[in-house]
Amino acid sequence: MKPLTFDELEAFAAARPAELDWIRVQLDTGGIAAGAQDILDDLVRLRDEAGLTIPIQSVGSVGYSFADPVVEIQCSGMPHVTYGRVDRHVAEGIIREHATSGRLIDDHVIATRNRRCVLEGPVTHILVRDTGSDAGNKTEFLQFSLLEELKRKGLGERVQVVRAMDLGLYDEGLAVQLLPAAVTYSNVLAPDVARIVDESVVGGRLIDDLLVRDPDRQVRIVLRNCGRIDPECIDDYLRHARGYQALARVLRELKPEDVVAELKVSGLRGRGGAGFPTWLKWQITAAQPSDERIVICNGDEGDPGAFMDRSVLESDPHSVLEGMMIAAYAMGASRGYFYIRAEYPKAVARVERAIAQAREAGLLGTNILGSSFAFEAKIRLGAGAFVCGEETALIASIEGRRGSPSPRPPYPSVKGLWGKPTAINNVETLANVPAILLNGGAWYARHGTEQSRGTKVFAVTGKVKNAQLVEVPMGTSLREIIYGICGGVLDDRQIKAVQTGGPSGGVIPEKHLDTPVSYETLQQLGSIMGSGGMLAMDETDSMVDVAKFYLRFCVDESCGKCAPCRIGGYQMLQILDRISRGRGAPDDLATLRRICLAMQRASLCGLGQTAPNPVLSTLRYFEEEYRAYIEGGPAFARKMSRSATSPTAAPVREPATAAS
Amino acid sequence: MIKALINELPVEVSEGTSILDAARQVQVKIPTLCKHRDLLPTAACGLCIVRNKGGNRLIRACCTPLETGMEITTHDRDIVDVRRSTLELILSNHPHECLTCGRNGECELQTLAADFNITLEKIKRFVKDVPPDTSTNSIVIDFTKCIKCGRCIQVCQDIQNVWALSFLDRGINTRMAPAGDITLAESPCVKCGQCSAHCPTGAIVEKDETATVWGSLRNPEKFCVVQIAPSVRVTVGEAFGLPPGTNLTRKLYTALRRLGFEAVFDTNFSADVTIVEEASEFVERFTKRRSALPLITSCCPSWTDFMEKNHYDFIDNFSTAKSPQQMMGVLAKTYYAQKLGIDPARMVMVSIMPCTAKKYELSRAEEMRASGYPDVDVALTTRELARMLKQSGIDFLNLPDGEADSILGAYSGAGTIFGATGGVMEAAVRTAYAYATGRHLETIELEAVRGLKGVKEGSIQLDGQTVRLAVAHGLANVEAVLERVREARRAGRETPYHFIEVMACPGGCIGGGGQPYGVDDARRRLRMAGLYQDDRDRAVRFSHENPEVVRLYAEFLGKPLAGRAHQLLHTRYTARPLYKR
Repeated sequence: MKPLTFDELEAFAAARPAELDWIRVQLDTGGIAAGAQDILDDLVRLRDEAGLTIPIQSVGSVGYSFADPVVEIQCSGMPHVTYGRVDRHVAEGIIREHATSGRLIDDHVIATRNRRCVLEGPVTHILVRDTGSDAGNKTEFLQFSLLEELKRKGLGERVQVVRAMDLGLYDEGLAVQLLPAAVTYSNVLAPDVARIVDESVVGGRLIDDLLVRDPDRQVRIVLRNCGRIDPECIDDYLRHARGYQALARVLRELKPEDVVAELKVSGLRGRGGAGFPTWLKWQITAAQPSDERIVICNGDEGDPGAFMDRSVLESDPHSVLEGMMIAAYAMGASRGYFYIRAEYPKAVARVERAIAQAREAGLLGTNILGSSFAFEAKIRLGAGAFVCGEETALIASIEGRRGSPSPRPPYPSVKGLWGKPTAINNVETLANVPAILLNGGAWYARHGTEQSRGTKVFAVTGKVKNAQLVEVPMGTSLREIIYGICGGVLDDRQIKAVQTGGPSGGVIPEKHLDTPVSYETLQQLGSIMGSGGMLAMDETDSMVDVAKFYLRFCVDESCGKCAPCRIGGYQMLQILDRISRGRGAPDDLATLRRICLAMQRASLCGLGQTAPNPVLSTLRYFEEEYRAYIEGGPAFARKMSRSATSPTAAPVREPATAAS
Repeated sequence: MIKALINELPVEVSEGTSILDAARQVQVKIPTLCKHRDLLPTAACGLCIVRNKGGNRLIRACCTPLETGMEITTHDRDIVDVRRSTLELILSNHPHECLTCGRNGECELQTLAADFNITLEKIKRFVKDVPPDTSTNSIVIDFTKCIKCGRCIQVCQDIQNVWALSFLDRGINTRMAPAGDITLAESPCVKCGQCSAHCPTGAIVEKDETATVWGSLRNPEKFCVVQIAPSVRVTVGEAFGLPPGTNLTRKLYTALRRLGFEAVFDTNFSADVTIVEEASEFVERFTKRRSALPLITSCCPSWTDFMEKNHYDFIDNFSTAKSPQQMMGVLAKTYYAQKLGIDPARMVMVSIMPCTAKKYELSRAEEMRASGYPDVDVALTTRELARMLKQSGIDFLNLPDGEADSILGAYSGAGTIFGATGGVMEAAVRTAYAYATGRHLETIELEAVRGLKGVKEGSIQLDGQTVRLAVAHGLANVEAVLERVREARRAGRETPYHFIEVMACPGGCIGGGGQPYGVDDARRRLRMAGLYQDDRDRAVRFSHENPEVVRLYAEFLGKPLAGRAHQLLHTRYTARPLYKR
């Protein structure tokens, strides 16, 4: 590939690709772990055996972790469908049924969230699902009734009724989605079956009282290309994702200060967790007198249960690289480092490839796109220390020193890597940047809340039905995320709390689930936004155990440099351990609080300052549970550990009464 | 200038001054366990937290520069509570062995615990049992007492460029240990003991050999003699509450005699002998063997160890003259023993040194037994001597003045300034000039090589030729000097220096690793001033004019560099490469 010019780039953007048939297999780490590579091989073999020519591509992940391996298929004359939990039989079905005879496969279709309210064209397939509780599921009943009704109307051959795996609707009774129009009805009762067939399938009319009008709760800005393009192919990014158009616009039309101004309008704040305004960070870095400035992409994602950055790096590395280049242009940096944890080999490989491809295309090096802008990007691997996500420790690690934080000031934006002014931005922050420059800061600022603009990606895990990556506008409530997007709590249990912000965050109890998510509100609740890990816990989970789990993580990951964190964390863990074994002393809680305070106030870096948060917030909302452990003694502790491991044991709802 | 308020007191300091230092100007003491005046802040202990403008966030005073407009509160209820909790946490991870610790009474942690009136142990103690490192005969590391302040590591890496110590592991398992988890003896350690001088607790201490000395003193079979190093006279008083630089030479003589030593010698005498040998060496090389220049001093055992490990390409440049400690030892067990008719096998030579590496020097090479016996049997640090004096019941400060024993006791002003950086150079130049020209230097006080600058350069005119001098102290400063010489060698140019003095410890021996605790530049200056005053007070200020030295050569040694002098007073060096250069 010879170096690209502005005009060639523009031609890429202008060219509208023809709608072709394709099968996309989502090959990110999660998918591969679930067997996506085997599925890909199977699909290729089966396709060849069937004598088909449909191309099979590997793409990144759209984020449906609950459904890995995920395969998306577009076949002319067929609705565009995503299959989840694809195994060998489903793969066979995809080739032999879906691609060959136009029939969808039961129990594996994930309905599109892009629901529409217009019925055009004949209905070819109907997805059905009982979105209520798992017990007494009526999906098959609905499928049977609809099919019978269709047969009665002589449509049994023309319309296929398919049991869906997921409709994106939860707790809304029986639901159907008419394909290809993606018109969705919910709370369908037995009498409605005939209406749906009569009015919608035959008559082509909408049924207003059943129609789901809610738009998709998610807004995909960061994840815009994830699962849509081949992350290993720059051509895909250029042709299908408006790749490097933002960079071209910046180089051609904007002065560095204009870029900063655009970011200021967008209101984008650091997505690593602290929420420092991105434009300000760039401006400060740009203002430092220096012969060289450096931009670092912090990909040292380490919170337990968080995988946003990994997924973005694996699914859309070029966007992050483009964002980094725009950042570099804005602050006059000529070198960039991707600091990625070594436990993310796939992300590392894909970023490495992206850098090589960009270099080959003349997008890295000197005279980029014929301008005077020069930039080089490199990868540095993190060696497994959580604390290296902290800016000064990260810099120490790149420089080859022991990864411990150093006192600030000087801040990295003044004196950073190799003593040069350095801006360190999170993966998600940088992935936002090209979209902001393409669509304008004002467009971005329309999403979210006054103080927290834009969207945020969360990795929702724990006791939810559909663990997945979600990207929602700031201000979306936790309840919407847990119940509206992720399907609620596993086994339809009572939710107890949601943990956000990983080991630096805290738990938010059920009563606060309606709080809109933003940097400020979460902090008021004693947690933090953090990088975006979100863990749901149900009534059987012991909050003391939760606090212990997160604290143990921080104790393991403390660099050991400063006394409050090094010793404080360990001593707290000893106390928590005692309490959780029912051997706590009455004054343990006071001691815990005192150590927490010392750690918060006297630790050097963010890790130590925030490490007590899980303990403090569980103490804040669930103190009675701690007291129950202390008062109930070992017998109570044994009971709690039984109820946590065996889902059939009676949940302990009111620990205080249980103790008294 | 920065103008701000600290505890509502106006302060004005230069830009970049930390809050901690600024507070000292208004007589406010902010506690810290990790910040040392010699070192950059590591921000490890978390005790120096202060508040700005009543804000909720606490900042570290050690590493935050004061800014104009700041309103700092150093002590309020919240801050003191947090400090106390942090201190309790540190104590919970520290063995409570104060009464049997080498630092008892002089420990910064112990003092703070007392200041904070911590009388109850509310947090359960957790101390991992780790055996101490006793692999060297100089320094003992008790890992359990380490509070991970990082001072020793910073001294070892940044000030001394030795890189023997580092942090290993992380979290609660973080350890200060020889890099790579080997023993100190296997490490690049040069035994300078700066780690022990900077340690706030008893984690790194000199190997205490007072018991051995007590044993010898009480053994009637033994004939115990003692020597005191140049710098010890101006520092030992600090252990008794006197200001640094107070010259206690004559009280030391009396005290050592009362301790039971049969003869008291002064290392200043053998320093004079060292100068006679070294100046002769220099004149010989400068006039005849220019290729063997620069001549590099070798009386600092840490420096010789460092050279053998890291700069062995300079072995030929090293003065082969032994250090004053070893010269005194060998002369006592030969010349003195013969004169008094004492069996040298019975003789126990104890040296009082500012230095932990001197313990290592005793067995550094075969030549350290030139008398046929260990030339020096035990080397004690100043700290150990102070301890012995306190144990002995001697009211040290009120002792009458005494005298050293004759023939190995008289000293010149040149000998006494050995204890300060630049002193050996100055002393050697005084004598070398006289040897080469037959005249005295016009100005014998070489101001260019005095003071605490890391690398000092000077020159003198010798018969129309310029002799270029360099003095480095603090081993990290050596690299630049030697690199200049190497560069000239590679380029085939003339050497940039003819004579180089190196002392491992910042300030020279007065800042040695075995000196009383609490060293910083202010103390170093006072200690140095004490030595230079001693020099000015001497009637004889040239080593070669010390009448007892003259007598020694006439009666026993003969000529410098030759015969008996060569056999008894010189040594060799071996390359012991640790790393590839």
